[in-house]
Amino acid sequence: MKTIRVGAGLGFYGDSWQPVRASIERGGVQYIASDHLSELTLAILQKDRQKDPSAGYARDGVPMLAELWPLAAKHGVKFVLNAGGLNPHGAREAIARTFRAKGFKAKIATVTGDSLLERIDELRGAGEALAHMDTGADIGGVRERMLFANAYLGAQPIAEALAQGADIVLTGRVADAALTLGPLAHEFGWKWDDWDRMAAGLTLGHLLECSGQGSGGNFGSSGEWAKVPDYAHLGYPIAEVSEDGSAMFTKPPGTGGLVSFDTIRQQLLYEVHNPHAYYSPDVVLDMGTLKFEDQGNDRVRITGASGAARPKTLKVVAGYQDGWMGTGMIGFAWPEAYAKCEKSAQIIATLVKERGWAVEDSNVEYIGYNSLLGANADPAYRDQLNECFLRMTIRTRDRKVADAFGRLFPWLGLSGPPYVGSMKGIQPAKELLGIWPTLVSRELVEKNIKIEVENI
Amino acid sequence: MKTALWKIAHARSGDKADRADIGLFAFDAPTYQVLKREVTKERLAAHFAGFNTGPVELWPLDNILALKIVLNGALQGGAARSLRMDNLGKNVAAQLLRMEIETPEDLPRLKGK
Repeated sequence: MKTIRVGAGLGFYGDSWQPVRASIERGGVQYIASDHLSELTLAILQKDRQKDPSAGYARDGVPMLAELWPLAAKHGVKFVLNAGGLNPHGAREAIARTFRAKGFKAKIATVTGDSLLERIDELRGAGEALAHMDTGADIGGVRERMLFANAYLGAQPIAEALAQGADIVLTGRVADAALTLGPLAHEFGWKWDDWDRMAAGLTLGHLLECSGQGSGGNFGSSGEWAKVPDYAHLGYPIAEVSEDGSAMFTKPPGTGGLVSFDTIRQQLLYEVHNPHAYYSPDVVLDMGTLKFEDQGNDRVRITGASGAARPKTLKVVAGYQDGWMGTGMIGFAWPEAYAKCEKSAQIIATLVKERGWAVEDSNVEYIGYNSLLGANADPAYRDQLNECFLRMTIRTRDRKVADAFGRLFPWLGLSGPPYVGSMKGIQPAKELLGIWPTLVSRELVEKNIKIEVENI
Repeated sequence: MKTALWKIAHARSGDKADRADIGLFAFDAPTYQVLKREVTKERLAAHFAGFNTGPVELWPLDNILALKIVLNGALQGGAARSLRMDNLGKNVAAQLLRMEIETPEDLPRLKGK
């Protein structure tokens, strides 16, 4: 019986590709599905593109392929990756340059058509409201500040690119799980309205899209995380899939990490809203019928996916300029570490007020006390801290104010409370982006999808 | 008896725009029944008061002994505009595990401790 093995590539822009080597060498995979994008990543790539129009793609796709392609070609492994980001053609050029320099050969397909920034007025003219899908707000309020707008494409263009013989499929914004569903639909010839098989592929793609989070990484727990073996050599997950969509979820032999009922179900619900209607471009998945059977030895059998018809709209993620963040930080040692941070926050607040700066919002956090746990930090420890760092941030429309804010802090070193540390330079203003999730009729996007295949 | 969730469950959280979402998982079936009864939208709203500005949504998943929790309005407008250290809401799950609920004393994870 034919099975197809898809291995996880990266789970975010900046992730390590070293574990992918084990999946190719001894994981028996035919495909690597590599996810370089998140909502935040598009904001980062947009800043790159503003500085350099030839940038705007996830740069780590280039060294990853440069290092892994000889091994992948030897084992007949194909790559599907969304490292194209906001500029898939730029990514293709960078990869092609590297491949030519190294003498590598590959058939690279580029999938485009997801970018809608240049089409916003056209789409609104065609009757698309593009209102904020959570708040219902009108897009007019942020239209002029919009910096990117990309629809989440589905798996069909990926499967089409593979049918044209591509070894590497390079996309922009596609649904993360489409990187896995595309190869499965292509290999098994799944019909695009076979909703249960689509749902199975979506489930597996979702479990693979965060790399190590699907094999024991970031196992959110008290104590249990410490039982995960050999983090240093954590293997990325692999789905071994049958034609009916059932699968064995596992990882390469001889690697660290843990594939179990507990680690897999954490990833299943990760960044999911309604689990009974998990929307993707290709199908709407009900997670309530899935069955996970933990067979031990890092093997979990997954069956029972059920799907409903794909939506008539595609989700769009757009970003708009939303002010500047100023940041300042200073650390204090015992005695009264927390009290000195608190006093410093009061001093800085006084200075900001006296300067009359237009500040829209501000945040005060105490690193070592509540910067991660917020209001659920336990105050019982507050006054006994060995050391504590104050971190203050402001949001302002004025970049100069954001820059000046950070410069208030060093002065505290000689003129504030005693026993300071962390004077490691001044943080410059950081541009903030608001995210605008919205919906668009799929046919208006899909008519513009282009698949270009090129021999390198 | 009062029991903190971290003793009987595990959890992971993530972000989508201004929404923080949490998966809360019982280690065993008896604990799942207790979570379903005790971890209510009202309790969650109170636990995250001052952090989450929007409504709380909650779905039980009997097949994986889990509760899916969504806090609509917990991330200062979203990761790319948040002023927080934890702009991605990765620690919202840790915040949840500090919540205390009423439990029987004989839950599997509480025995022999």
